[in-house]
Amino acid sequence: MSGALPSSINAAPRCVPAWRAPLIVLALGLIAWAALPEQLGLLTRVAITALLVLSLDLVVGIAGLATLGHAAMFGIGAYAAGIAALRGVADPLLGLLLGGAAGALLAAVSGAFLLRYNGLPLLMLTVAVAQIVQNLAAKWRDLTGGDDGLSGFTVGPLLGRFEFDLAGQVASLYALVVLVIGLYIARRLVDSPFGLALRGIHQNRARMAALGTPVPARLLAIYTAAGAMAGVAGALSAQTNAIVGLDSLGFALSAEALVMLVLGGAGTLVGAVGGATVFTLLHHTAASINPYHWLFVVGAALMGVVLLPPATAWAWLRGRWAGAGQG
Amino acid sequence: MTALLQVQALDKHFGGLHVTRHVSLTLQAGDRLALIGPNGAGKTTLVNLISGVIAPSAGRVRLGGQDVTAWGQAERVRAGLARTFQLTTLAPKLPVQRQVEMALFEREGLSGRFWRCIDDYPLLAAEAQALLASLGLGPLAGLASERLAYGQQRLVELALALALRPQVLLLDEPMAGVPQGEGQRLLDALDALPARLAVLIIEHDMDLVFRLARRILVLAEGAVLAEGTPEMIRNHPQVRTAYLGH
Repeated sequence: MSGALPSSINAAPRCVPAWRAPLIVLALGLIAWAALPEQLGLLTRVAITALLVLSLDLVVGIAGLATLGHAAMFGIGAYAAGIAALRGVADPLLGLLLGGAAGALLAAVSGAFLLRYNGLPLLMLTVAVAQIVQNLAAKWRDLTGGDDGLSGFTVGPLLGRFEFDLAGQVASLYALVVLVIGLYIARRLVDSPFGLALRGIHQNRARMAALGTPVPARLLAIYTAAGAMAGVAGALSAQTNAIVGLDSLGFALSAEALVMLVLGGAGTLVGAVGGATVFTLLHHTAASINPYHWLFVVGAALMGVVLLPPATAWAWLRGRWAGAGQG
Repeated sequence: MTALLQVQALDKHFGGLHVTRHVSLTLQAGDRLALIGPNGAGKTTLVNLISGVIAPSAGRVRLGGQDVTAWGQAERVRAGLARTFQLTTLAPKLPVQRQVEMALFEREGLSGRFWRCIDDYPLLAAEAQALLASLGLGPLAGLASERLAYGQQRLVELALALALRPQVLLLDEPMAGVPQGEGQRLLDALDALPARLAVLIIEHDMDLVFRLARRILVLAEGAVLAEGTPEMIRNHPQVRTAYLGH
């Protein structure tokens, strides 16, 4: 919506159909699924990471909140699904629901305190909350397995019919479909009156307060919704990897998710999916060429994006193209 | 008849700094009260106290007879109080019409709706367009407000306040910083404010104050120095020396 020039300036730009981007992602995902049967594990990882970054975009890109602790919601969702599976909850969809609920609960409880702050103090506090959760997970060995992580659980067949296979055919499709649904839901949220209020809050809190918007309540609502989505992503990760480690709650994951969001462009939703895809593929390729120095490649890519934002590059390219067409 | 807005013995101090001293004022429907005073007199602080941005140290604020002193800003807006800001306070990257729709969603209690697309509220969109057209902003409805001239942005501020259909409107220096050529539209809009609306206006432009206000309240160092009709204020000796400078 934003950025695009309206066709006529006396009408506000209209919502894009909410199903459009999810359908494109689904189509691209299915093509990848059919064309690269050897890489289904990678496809699964891309989809899960994209869902995590998408949930982060709701918080950072849409509502304008600074956070470096988003992995806390991802990790707690992963642990919730893993623990549930260990204790006999075999149904993957139920596990997904539990993961989402755990993420939402953590976000609601921590958000009620965190969201009184803004900017740098908020950023520091999100780091602190994530560290506390990670430390609790490390200490509570009976429940979480501590440093060894949580493993030895199995997940039942999807919808009672489709067993998770070793090649990852079911897992990758499952993750892809959940991502597509997540993208659809996020699009609806952002284009609703609620989403409009959030974008208003992002741009000017004083303005929204003067319009009568209950700013803290709106922020807590989106933080909780994003927490649920991150929790679902975590649950997906637990179910498809059959292991949950402390790193799923870690600072590195929070920071990487933010890097992916910046890489793809914050506040656009599809940018989150694109950024997560590019980063994960880059990571995979660069790490297989040189397992020790792959971060150089990622750093260079990030610098490139910051120095030359994709929107600017795109406009420049189009200008060149138009110029060439005329010449 | 109950007053729409009653401010009773309002006090505000930040540590030892007393910025509002025992200020009382009353607004009835249709009132046009101008608040004047030198810079630092506490005019904007008073607006912030009335609108609930900051809490008073002592005193009460009543809206339509109800004590709202402990209420937050959002609740006061819902009770019929709207304000504009001295420095333009808009969502700069959102199209003007979207911003007005945002205000309408709030007024109608729809801003928590999270599923239906904002385009699926055609009645509110039409209302937003009509409001913008009435202020001469119709052709600019699709532009981000940061791309508007300053005078037009001030009009958008006013549009957002009016979209809330308030009973009491606080205008904090609506003409501040508006270049001369752009002011006429804004003056017309201020003249055309709904007759029943109770208006409190802070303004340094004395021509505008004497043109619009039926009563004037002079604030100096946080306290009320004088209150009366424009004629009385014009001839008030203390006001003349302290503020009007002649």
